[in-house]
Amino acid sequence: MFDDFFIRALVAGLGIAIVTGPLGCFVIWRRLSFFAGTLAHSSLLGVTLAFSFDINISFSVLLISSALALILLKLQKSTKLPNDALLGLLAHSSLAIGLVIIGFLSYIRFDIMGLLFGDILAVNKRDLLVIWIGGAIILLILKIIWKPLFASTVNYELAEAEGMKPEKINAVFTILMAALIAIAIKMVGILLITGMLIIPAAMARNLANNPKQMIIISIIGGLLSVTLGLYSSLQFNSASGPSIITAALVLFVLSMFNIKKFRQLKK
Amino acid sequence: MSLNNNILVKLENTGVMIDNKWLVKGVSLEVKKGKIVTLIGPNGSGKSTTAKIALGIYKNIEGKVEKFTDKIGYVPQKISIDWTLPIRVSDFMLLTEVLTDDEINNALKLTGVEHLKNNDLRNLSGGEFQRVLIARAISKKPDLLVLDEPVQGVDFKGELALYELIKGISEKLGCGILLISHDLHVVMSATDHVLCLNGHVCCSGTPQSVVKDSKYKELFGDRASTILSVYEHDHDHTHSPDGTIETKK
Repeated sequence: MFDDFFIRALVAGLGIAIVTGPLGCFVIWRRLSFFAGTLAHSSLLGVTLAFSFDINISFSVLLISSALALILLKLQKSTKLPNDALLGLLAHSSLAIGLVIIGFLSYIRFDIMGLLFGDILAVNKRDLLVIWIGGAIILLILKIIWKPLFASTVNYELAEAEGMKPEKINAVFTILMAALIAIAIKMVGILLITGMLIIPAAMARNLANNPKQMIIISIIGGLLSVTLGLYSSLQFNSASGPSIITAALVLFVLSMFNIKKFRQLKK
Repeated sequence: MSLNNNILVKLENTGVMIDNKWLVKGVSLEVKKGKIVTLIGPNGSGKSTTAKIALGIYKNIEGKVEKFTDKIGYVPQKISIDWTLPIRVSDFMLLTEVLTDDEINNALKLTGVEHLKNNDLRNLSGGEFQRVLIARAISKKPDLLVLDEPVQGVDFKGELALYELIKGISEKLGCGILLISHDLHVVMSATDHVLCLNGHVCCSGTPQSVVKDSKYKELFGDRASTILSVYEHDHDHTHSPDGTIETKK
């Protein structure tokens, strides 16, 4: 069954959507969309290191993203620059260093487009294992830290006062984000992973009235986007990664209509 | 049994400095089981900061804080819920504690907001929100309650009822309370120990001794020192600044 490249792409995409659903909600709640983008940008550096030292791509991306998150925490404490400036600094400098290193690796033929936008149709069986097992571990940890993570999302000081250890929990959450990007980057690419995180979650916000509902709708939205996107890319021969994000956008726009209608009905 | 047994939290000569400015300095206090300790003082005098020191929210502090319990209920002075987060009152009640549906209902009933259980937290009025915050803090049956201006925005009738409730809770659960309040009437009538802050501890002691302190009068004015008498014997008049008698409206 996994011999067909299209089925493999579909299974990979669905696996990623199940993980981006809940993580995306936290990204929106905690206003971390730029942070997610920064982690994704830095993954280019991770990929080049993987090629330079011949190590596993997911592993080196996880390593670089985690290191970047640590550097960010240090910078936040030692300078007074606002957060968005620090994130921009890290995102673009790590992207630039990655591109410089690619230039030196002239003996390897790089598919830059593939890195930026991913190539979900080139997923092999081993990638599937990485996505589904890695994804299951991320979700399991998320379930374990749910209560303190949610409490510190609502109010950091309240969580701290009532023994929820928000600082530790935030660090775990950052590593989960880095892990997601590590397993998803090959499939959806540096520029589109943030879209997978944010767009289904934003759509879910338009429809949900409690946190758990928002997470479930966000997962469903992600699953639909992957399915619709992949089938339409087959139909219209369009690029698969961007088609998935476009499908997510269409769902988001539909959800906007929904609330307008809903409000009119209420009146 | 050691003497420490009844102490829930103890601050020894604590202070916080941020950007080379002391927010508060040299505060010592202890909250014991079943006792209500109140912090009073003008705006910016370090009341909330002191409460946050006691709660362990500030990490780099001067002095020493010892906590003897982990069951803490906190009502912060300010809390804002972002639009991106859809959250109902019932979700908020479960924020740091596992509660049954009955326990949630009972706590909300105590503060008079049971009917708001399924409402979105952001759509509550200021007073309703305070009632939910108090309900959440007491529903965990804490050993220590830290209340930072818990009745702000609550209507007059509700204010008195909530203070009654808080006092009742402390008696029923035997928990200690660290209270911040601007309502000197309530402070003076319901408190075991008062600390008057103005960047440092101006004076402290029982309400009876604090109102007689000259530093208290300096900080709050002469009118404030008549407050206790209102409770000791009901006045039908007040004194204006020049000493003439004004009948109460």
